[in-house]
Amino acid sequence: MKYHPFVIPFSIGLAFVMLYIVGMWAYWIIRLSRREQKIVWKRLFSFRTIAAIWESMMEGLFHRKIFRKHALLGYMHMSLAFGWFMLIVLGNFESRLYPHSNINPPYYPIFFEFFRHDLSPLREYEEIFTFLMDFFLLLVISGVMLAFFKRIKSRILGMRRTTKHIRIDRIALTSLWFIFPLRILAESVTAGLYNTGHFFTNFLGQNVIYNLPLDQLYYPAWWAYSIALGLFFVTLPFSRYMHIPSEILLIFLRKYGVKEKEHHSTFTKIELNACSRCGICIDTCQLSTNLNISNTQPAYFLRDLRYSQPNEQLRETCMMCMRCVEACPVGIEVVKIRENERKEHQLYSENSYNYLNGYSYPKAKVAFFAGCMGHLTPSVIKSTLKLFEAAGVDYTFIDKDGSICCGRPLQLGGQAIAAKQLIDKNNALIHATGAELLVTTCPICAREFRHNYHLNIPVLHHSQYLLELVNSNRLKLKKTDLNVAYHDPCELSRGLSITEEPRELLSKTVNLVESGKQIGKNSLCCGGSLGATNISAEQRRTIAVATVNQITQADTNILATACPLCKKTFCSAQDTVAIQDIAEILANNLANIKNQNPTKKSAEREVITA
Amino acid sequence: MGKDVAIIGGGVAGLEAANQLATLGYNVTVFERNAQPGGHAAKWDRLFPNQRHSHEVIDSLKSHLNGNPAIMLSTAISTISRNGQKFKLDAKGRAFEADAILIATGFELFPAERKEEYGYGIYENVITSAELEEMFAKNGKPTMKSGETPKKIAFIHCVGSRDEKVNKPYCSKVCCVTAVKQAIEVKDSIPNAEVFNLYMDLRMFGPGYEDLYKEAQQKGVTFIRGRLSEASELDEGRLLIKTEDTLSSCPLKMSVDMVVLMVGMSPAIGTSELIAGLGLHPNKDGFVDIADQHLYPTNTTAEGVFVAGACVGPNNITDSVNAARSAAIEIHQYLSKK
Amino acid sequence: MVNFGFAPLEIKIHDLDKSNLQLSSWIAERDETFTQCIACGCCTATCTAGKFTKFSFRELCHSIRRGEIAKAIAESEKCMLCGKCTLVCPRNVNTRNIVKLIRKANQKFKV
Repeated sequence: MKYHPFVIPFSIGLAFVMLYIVGMWAYWIIRLSRREQKIVWKRLFSFRTIAAIWESMMEGLFHRKIFRKHALLGYMHMSLAFGWFMLIVLGNFESRLYPHSNINPPYYPIFFEFFRHDLSPLREYEEIFTFLMDFFLLLVISGVMLAFFKRIKSRILGMRRTTKHIRIDRIALTSLWFIFPLRILAESVTAGLYNTGHFFTNFLGQNVIYNLPLDQLYYPAWWAYSIALGLFFVTLPFSRYMHIPSEILLIFLRKYGVKEKEHHSTFTKIELNACSRCGICIDTCQLSTNLNISNTQPAYFLRDLRYSQPNEQLRETCMMCMRCVEACPVGIEVVKIRENERKEHQLYSENSYNYLNGYSYPKAKVAFFAGCMGHLTPSVIKSTLKLFEAAGVDYTFIDKDGSICCGRPLQLGGQAIAAKQLIDKNNALIHATGAELLVTTCPICAREFRHNYHLNIPVLHHSQYLLELVNSNRLKLKKTDLNVAYHDPCELSRGLSITEEPRELLSKTVNLVESGKQIGKNSLCCGGSLGATNISAEQRRTIAVATVNQITQADTNILATACPLCKKTFCSAQDTVAIQDIAEILANNLANIKNQNPTKKSAEREVITA
Repeated sequence: MGKDVAIIGGGVAGLEAANQLATLGYNVTVFERNAQPGGHAAKWDRLFPNQRHSHEVIDSLKSHLNGNPAIMLSTAISTISRNGQKFKLDAKGRAFEADAILIATGFELFPAERKEEYGYGIYENVITSAELEEMFAKNGKPTMKSGETPKKIAFIHCVGSRDEKVNKPYCSKVCCVTAVKQAIEVKDSIPNAEVFNLYMDLRMFGPGYEDLYKEAQQKGVTFIRGRLSEASELDEGRLLIKTEDTLSSCPLKMSVDMVVLMVGMSPAIGTSELIAGLGLHPNKDGFVDIADQHLYPTNTTAEGVFVAGACVGPNNITDSVNAARSAAIEIHQYLSKK
Repeated sequence: MVNFGFAPLEIKIHDLDKSNLQLSSWIAERDETFTQCIACGCCTATCTAGKFTKFSFRELCHSIRRGEIAKAIAESEKCMLCGKCTLVCPRNVNTRNIVKLIRKANQKFKV
């Protein structure tokens, strides 16, 4: 006997979901751009595929990134995904090992205990299979219980807030939660009647529910289990659980080098579907932790974009600090998607900045660019230039008489048409200086120069250049006993992956004291962000104060940063901790050392040797 | 009677209240954390609106300090607590007792380096109004770091006042008239100097203040309605300042030899910690909160604790003297009933 | 759709009985800091665009508050959204947001 009507809900669901997934995968792959298809094809038979398989396993089954965030939360995700996966795999093996059942209908392994009460033909494998099946069922049910518990008290699992789900997600979630208790019921009833289980289901069937009318429960239990499965499968494509098949495709495509473009694409669609709305982004977002704005995070933004259009509030309420991108277990490029979504709303025309014609920067060898914000922190400029002079750098302060904005602030707001005009203009002007190197104290400019300009010369943030000068002995520093904490600016750490250079520089001059996990790429935002225009000054202050408190300790003398905007934001928000740019700390250090001018020194040495 | 009154702060308000209370027969002790009495006024050269020498006022206030009222200099009170009917004061291990407390801790000058874009502490010829007073007291005129006499000077109003960016949203009241006074003094001491005052509003509220404004205009001081956005350094220590000439809706820049920042009044450091022991809290601007704006301006909500002077908010000397006398009467009434 | 009735002629006198203040209130409803300006001119003084062309954010907002709408909207396109003005404003006016609102008014109501 290999059929019973109760398998119909499951079978319909399974057929539907498989067709849907295969259909969507095919549709997405066809809709990728020609260029993307080409690189996928070219790289299909390469090491990248193995890497993608490995990553799919590590992330899809074991949820490595979530484990890193919180062990129990990771366990919850792992137990559900890995446990269920193993149940399916083992069930298949089990049914195939059974004599005369090499070719089975798809539902057969799932409901194996219903069809085969006598497992003795499995011979020596009977014990192993029944044990493992019970073991993984127990693993999954522990995950379900944790998931249920998370809805009530999420803090235990390291989450302050969980995602507020829409109806389809709740239906899918509920059916998912029902699947495993119902499976346990069906298998325990069967085990109670026919001794088909092992330590778990046999125990339940024979010692816990044995005085229930098991033979009357037998069919309803299997029916219920099948219906729960069927319902889950039917709702899967329209709910958050579409992330399961989408994420796998995403991992592969990403490994082949497909990424977000300057506008929404098919890849965006895959990313949108790959978001499981796990809600990790909500707790990561400082708008939520500091300001209690907990309804505009990527989980909600991507969801609304997937189903229709996010409203303006949802689209604009984001500092674009990229903390969520770092934290996302799926690695969705949500800030890029948000930027592209903002691009749908251009506010400028194509000749907004005609008035810039005729301006030029002076000729330079090493060009120093302070940027707009930099002009509001003259101490940083003065210190940087002092250091350059001490190191004998042949520099020119090219925007001394005024900068043209780098375009990044417009870009963050999605104003691509306007940004392009500034980028083109600035690009030409910087090019015309003839500089061999461009150094800026502003990470916002630095990132824009590197990512969106075509300058053909190295662009360095001053932390990098100063470190070069120190390492090549052109600048000499002395260690002092100041306790300094360092704040990573968003655009520098997450935007440009520059986290070590400022630390190395500081370690050479002061006691670098770091506290907490939120450093480097996980650093907090100062709150001054140009990415959001709809948060108030008071809200920015709240974020800034919280950030300063997190980074500094009672004995911190100085909070160092490497961005004029961060410095201004912190200085404006509080006056308890002194805020200095790394250049200022270095320049103060320099003031204590004599004979700093190495060009002079080497000249002297030449005289002596002569 | 022989009841003890402790006055925290030996500036204008503290000294004046001490005189009044001693006259009324109380044992008065003034605790001053600095080595000299007189507060900020003692460091000022001349006072608005009549260019009177500040030391005349301070000397008069100090002349009564002859045992009662007594003054303890270089004595910073660290905590005050209520002890039954009395107050216990602690100054680095030394304990004092009093039947009533007068808080007269005054103010702190706004630390101008917090407005980094104005270049104080970065450019050598950016100074504060207080430093200009020192120059007047020393040389009778301002001098640049190089020793030269400046020919072009800009006064920047509202530095650390009416500025939410440094959490000082309030008006410091006295800087407008001080800037006008100092502008006149610069004109008087360096006749061919060009003087510019960059203001947002000129709040000339006191008797004689408007006359001072007119005098400055007559003496050729240029008033520009716009707030400084940023200063930068030109060659040879000269400074480039940027503002908007709001009356003509046009950005304006000019080079000057010296920039004087009219620093506002900030709450005195340590006062909010001091009053916390008495169950009092600072108001939103950080000054001591008073019991009633109109009827009890020198009372606090804590029984037996009174306030006078700039610790409740920016004040001029006249206001501080008035508040000190008012506080003396309130303290007298309070102690008489006890 | 709100009809702002943009005046094509330059205003010679502010007749507050007739001034069209609808855009002014439309912006103020969406950003309360629009009304908080004390006309200090810091925004204009620090402005990156103001270095190259006559551009005053303060004046622009003021024109809107006096009903000179068309002129203000056209002017607003000069802004680079760099954010310097936001950093210097002593009244915490959310300048970048206001520029965006003015630009949006241009689009939404097609001047």
